[in-house]
Amino acid sequence: MNPDRILSVNGLTKYFGQGTGEGQVLKDIDLAITSSEMTALLGPSGSGKSTLLNILGTLMRATAGSHEMLGVDLMHASAAQRTEFRSKHLGFVFQFHHLLPDLSAVENVMMPAACAAGRESRTMRDRASELLDAVGLADRREFRPAAMSGGQRQRVAVARSLMNSPALVLADEPTGNLDRQAADHVMELLRSINETMGTSFLISTHDEHIAQQCQRRVELLDGRIIRS
Amino acid sequence: MNPYAVKLAIRHLLSHPGQTALLMAGVALGVGVFIFMSALIGGLANLLTLRTVGSIPHVVLEMPDRDPAILSSGQDVQAVLQKDLSRRNQIAIWQPAMPIIETTAGVTAVSPQIRGSAFVERGQAVAPVGVIGVMQDKLSVIADIRGALIEGSSNLPPDGIVIGSRLASDLGLRVGQVVRLNSDRGRSRSFRIGGIFSLGIASADRQAVYMNFTAARALFDLPSGISRIEVKVEPATDAAPIAQRLGRSTGLKATAWTEDNSQLFEGLDAQARTGTIIKAFSLITIIVGIASAMLLSIVRRQSEIGIMRAMGASRSLVISIFVLEGTLIGFIGAIVGAALAWLALLPLPPVTEISSGGLPIDRYQGDFLLAIALTTLASMLASILPARNAARIDPVEAIGA
Repeated sequence: MNPDRILSVNGLTKYFGQGTGEGQVLKDIDLAITSSEMTALLGPSGSGKSTLLNILGTLMRATAGSHEMLGVDLMHASAAQRTEFRSKHLGFVFQFHHLLPDLSAVENVMMPAACAAGRESRTMRDRASELLDAVGLADRREFRPAAMSGGQRQRVAVARSLMNSPALVLADEPTGNLDRQAADHVMELLRSINETMGTSFLISTHDEHIAQQCQRRVELLDGRIIRS
Repeated sequence: MNPYAVKLAIRHLLSHPGQTALLMAGVALGVGVFIFMSALIGGLANLLTLRTVGSIPHVVLEMPDRDPAILSSGQDVQAVLQKDLSRRNQIAIWQPAMPIIETTAGVTAVSPQIRGSAFVERGQAVAPVGVIGVMQDKLSVIADIRGALIEGSSNLPPDGIVIGSRLASDLGLRVGQVVRLNSDRGRSRSFRIGGIFSLGIASADRQAVYMNFTAARALFDLPSGISRIEVKVEPATDAAPIAQRLGRSTGLKATAWTEDNSQLFEGLDAQARTGTIIKAFSLITIIVGIASAMLLSIVRRQSEIGIMRAMGASRSLVISIFVLEGTLIGFIGAIVGAALAWLALLPLPPVTEISSGGLPIDRYQGDFLLAIALTTLASMLASILPARNAARIDPVEAIGA
C-alpha cells in the first residue's frame, strides 16, 4: 500500500430512488488519491462527478463499497463522526461561491474553524488573513461578498476551503461561473497552493483546459471510471 | 451558549434591519395588548372593589346567634330548631372589646353603632328609614358622610340628624326643618335636619339617617348595649382573615364584606378569565408570527445553512442560531413593547382619581415583567420547530451540488 495514499474507495456504488425508479449513478468505482496530488475529474454532465465528490466529501453515503480516508472508515462512521471528520480534513469549493452574505471576507474564511470550535479567535483571524493574503485579497478582508466581484468571491471560497489545513480539497466546477481570465487566475491559485502547501485537490470539470493544468486525470462516463 | 451561534444570530438580525424591526414591532404590539389588558382588568377590579368597599364596613361585629342546641334525637323524635327571638340582639358589654379591636393588625377605624328601623313623618308623608346612631367623631370613618355633604353640617347634636339626598328630595326636606321619627320600639321624637349628604349609593341616600349616639339610645330603648361594631381594615382584600382574628379575640360574630359580596367576586373572576383569554391570544399571535417568519427565513437561507453544514457546522449549532434569533426578536420586541406601553399609560390618572367615562387603567397592574418573560419564552418555543427543520436540511440539496 502506498504510504502517501490519503483516500481510497473500492467498489463504490450509489443508487438513487427506490423500486422500479431506482437508478445506479456510480458503478463499482475504485479510486485512490495520494498526498499533494492535483487530480482532474472529467466527464460530461450526468456522468456522476458531483455524486462522487459528495460521497468523497462525506456529504452523502454510498450504497455499497468501501470508503476510507486517513485511516478512518467513513462508510460506517456515524453522521456526527462524518461531520467532525469533514470539518477537520476536507475542504470544499463549489461552482457558486456560497459565501455567507452577512459575514465579511475574513469572517467567511474563518467560518469552518469557528463552526468546529464554537467561537472565533485571534489565531483564526490571523490564519484567515494569511489565506486572504495568499489568494491576493489582503485589501478585501472586511468586504462583504456583495461588494466583491465573482472572481474575488471564488478566491475567498478557495481561502475558506483551506482554513482547517485539509488533506484534500474537493472542488466541484470551481471555475464554472467565471470568465476565462478569472478561471485561469483561480486555477493558478489552486496550483500554487498545491505546490506550496502540499494540499491535494480533486477538481471536477468538463473543461479540458482546466484538466490540462492538473497532474492527473480521472475520466468518468455513465457512472464508471473509464480512465484513471 | 455557543458564542459563534450568538454572533451569527445577532449579525443576521443587524444585517436585515427592516425585517428585524418589522418583526419586533409585531411582538411589541402583542406585548402592548397584553399589558393594556392586564392594566385594564386590574384597574377595573380595583375600581369596582374601591367603589364597593368605599362606603361600607369591611368587617361587622355582632352578637352571635343564640340558637338552642339539640340535646337529643331519636328515631321517633323530630327536632325543630327555632331561632331564639326572646331576647334583644345586642352587644351588652362592648367597651372592653374596643381596645382589642383597635389594636388588631390591619384595623384602621372602629365605629360602635346603635341601629334600628324607624319611620320619618312630615305632614302626611311617611318614609321608612334605617337609623344609625354613631359617636360624633366616628360619623365619617365608615362612609365618608362629611365628604359627601351637599348641604348643612355634619354635627350631630342630641336633637339633630343628617339625612340622605333622596330622602330629602322624596319628602321635600331641607336643612333646618324638623321631622318626627317613630322607632320600631314605639318611641317617637322630633329632630332637626342638620345636614344632607349624597354618597351616590341609592339605598344609603334614600334610607340612611345618622344621629347622635345618645339620642339613638333613647329612640331605640337601648340604655347600655349597642347593635354592632363596624370596622374598616387595610387592605380591604384582607378583610376575611382579619374578621376571623377579630371573631376569635372578641367572641363576637365577625362578618367580612367579602361574604356578602360573592357576586362581585364571581364577576371579577369572570372578567379576569376573559382578560386571560385575550392575553393568551396575543401570545399565540406572537408565536404564530415568529414561527412563520422563522420558517420563511429558513427557506430563504437554505443554501447558507447547507454550506455551514458542509463546512462542519453541527445540527445543534444551526438550531442554536435560529432559536437565538427568535428569542432575541421576542425579548427585544417585548422590552420595546413594555416600554411603549408604560409611556402610553403614564398620562392616565390613577383609578382613585378617574373621572366619569374614563378608562379605569392601573398601570401598576400591567404585568410588565410577566409579559416580557412570557413573550421571550413563547418566542423561543416558536423558533424551536423551524430551527429543527433548518438543522435537518440536506447540505447537498441546499447547495445544489
